[in-house]
Amino acid sequence: MSYYFHSVSVEADKCDGRMRCLRTCPTQAIRIRNGKAVILEEKCIDCGECITACLNGAIVALTDPFGELSRFKHTVAIPSPVLYAQFGRSILPDKILAGLKKIGFDDAHDLAITCGDTSLAIEDFLEEYNGPKPLISNFCPSVVSLIQVKYPQLVDHIIPIKLPNRLAAKEIKERKSKELGLKPDEIGTFYITPCPVKMIAIKQPSFEGKCYLDGAISIPDIYGPLLSALESEDKGSYRKSLESICILGIGWAVAGGMHRTQKLKNVIDVSGIAEIITTFDDIERGKLQNIDLVVAYTCPQGCVGGSLTVENRYISYNKILRLLETLERENIEACREKRDICERYRQKYFHMQQKYEPRPIQALDEDLGKAIKKRKKKERIYDSLPKVDCGICGAPTCLAFAGDVVKGDAQLSDCIFHVPRKFKELTSDLSRLLDGFGSLGEGKGRKPRKENRRKKS
Amino acid sequence: MVSRHDLSHAFGIKGRDFGKAGCVSIEIKEILRDLGIDPAIVRRAAIAAYEAEMNVVMYAEKGKMALRLNTEELRITIEDEGPGIEDIELAMQEGYSTATEEIREMGFGAGMGLPNIKKNADVFELKSTVGKGTSYEIVIYLNPTGKK
Repeated sequence: MSYYFHSVSVEADKCDGRMRCLRTCPTQAIRIRNGKAVILEEKCIDCGECITACLNGAIVALTDPFGELSRFKHTVAIPSPVLYAQFGRSILPDKILAGLKKIGFDDAHDLAITCGDTSLAIEDFLEEYNGPKPLISNFCPSVVSLIQVKYPQLVDHIIPIKLPNRLAAKEIKERKSKELGLKPDEIGTFYITPCPVKMIAIKQPSFEGKCYLDGAISIPDIYGPLLSALESEDKGSYRKSLESICILGIGWAVAGGMHRTQKLKNVIDVSGIAEIITTFDDIERGKLQNIDLVVAYTCPQGCVGGSLTVENRYISYNKILRLLETLERENIEACREKRDICERYRQKYFHMQQKYEPRPIQALDEDLGKAIKKRKKKERIYDSLPKVDCGICGAPTCLAFAGDVVKGDAQLSDCIFHVPRKFKELTSDLSRLLDGFGSLGEGKGRKPRKENRRKKS
Repeated sequence: MVSRHDLSHAFGIKGRDFGKAGCVSIEIKEILRDLGIDPAIVRRAAIAAYEAEMNVVMYAEKGKMALRLNTEELRITIEDEGPGIEDIELAMQEGYSTATEEIREMGFGAGMGLPNIKKNADVFELKSTVGKGTSYEIVIYLNPTGKK
């Protein structure tokens, strides 16, 4: 079994086994064992639904502490465009980037520009693409994991274009090491993340080759200092600030924002894990083939809905949308012609070297004959279960429990309905036995025994 | 060949029940995934089962779908009580459909159902009696070199 890095983990001492996570997990990746939540690595897609569901804060996101910066000689912040929607409407991206430089980073890169470049590359890619449709966006790592785990036959639909934060990190390391005469290792690139899942791309070595990002710092971790830094920031010219925004890139933060300013017509946006599952079920059945691209965000409303944000997701969604409207009204366009996208695209700058591979959930058995036997056993066990999905056994559903029993990961006696039933069976066996004795003992044998029993109780 | 070691499942499908349409094919898919069947085969089976299910939902009163599986092959049989198909050869042509305007507006009935099933099956046999119903059998071989 290969090793998967996960950005969510359970702090056992805080977990009281309340099962909210168990019921929320979209891939049934949680079990309660000995009263504590346990995450099944192979099934977890790091969507963070359990983090939101847990009342005790026992499931935590792993991000890097701010102190990590001191490991490097030169540090660059690469904030997700979501960060731009976390402050007042008058505070525009250029001010936020300047603020990041005040709180400890040596430089800050406007990721929206790289997102914009990637948008144009996606446009080019769609134009020449003639594989299975619809294509599915790849920038939400949970969406990619969901496909790898639950829809392995759809991996060919994932768009094989590199992620903007990784493109940016590589570009920064190469440029800065030349400019500053430092080794690439001495330059720290930090993604400012709205969600824990982006950590996987950094920590999981097998995920699409070498990653040039050195860490991910959550928005809440830098929010306080950044807010103070922004207060002292000179407001400057609003118009000039507006003109520095990449209209193609800031939309990436919200569902519907990415293709709004592009030529792409046949694109749909889906956000929220339940919605994504419904849509992927449809794609799997061969529907939606007339759609070019499905842009999927695990978090509701897009990345602004991430669990590591400060502002209300609907407010930040609205802020990004308003900003896009303003840019459109003011005729501030992304200078397509100035960007050498076509040239870089032709040189495969945006193309991923590796293909996405399925990550199928472990079957009941590797041998099909044995798997069939086990499946039949699983169904027999399931038939004997109460089918109320109470979760007390520690599995999210009776069917999942039956599977766990067959795989040897759980005992039938873990089902609380099983114990009284077993007891009832035993007592009925016993009374049948006693009845047998009664008929042998010419009617006398029964009475004294009953009296005996009464005495005992 | 049918043996008692086969895995078998029977499902009922109600005609015109668009709310539940697709549930049977999802269940079949889950079973195949549980068995560790190759994803490409799961997909073929899921598409064939879905189209078959939709045919019952769109045209028939009710129908039954059965899944039978052993280490060699998976077999899906469908039997419905419905209007039947007058001209099978015509029905097998891509784009030919007798779906009503209402059904087409919902994005179904594009005349790809039966051709799609045929495309995804290794063996596909269809029988139909006008006024009574339609029945068919879909076989997909499980070993990739498969076709015996």
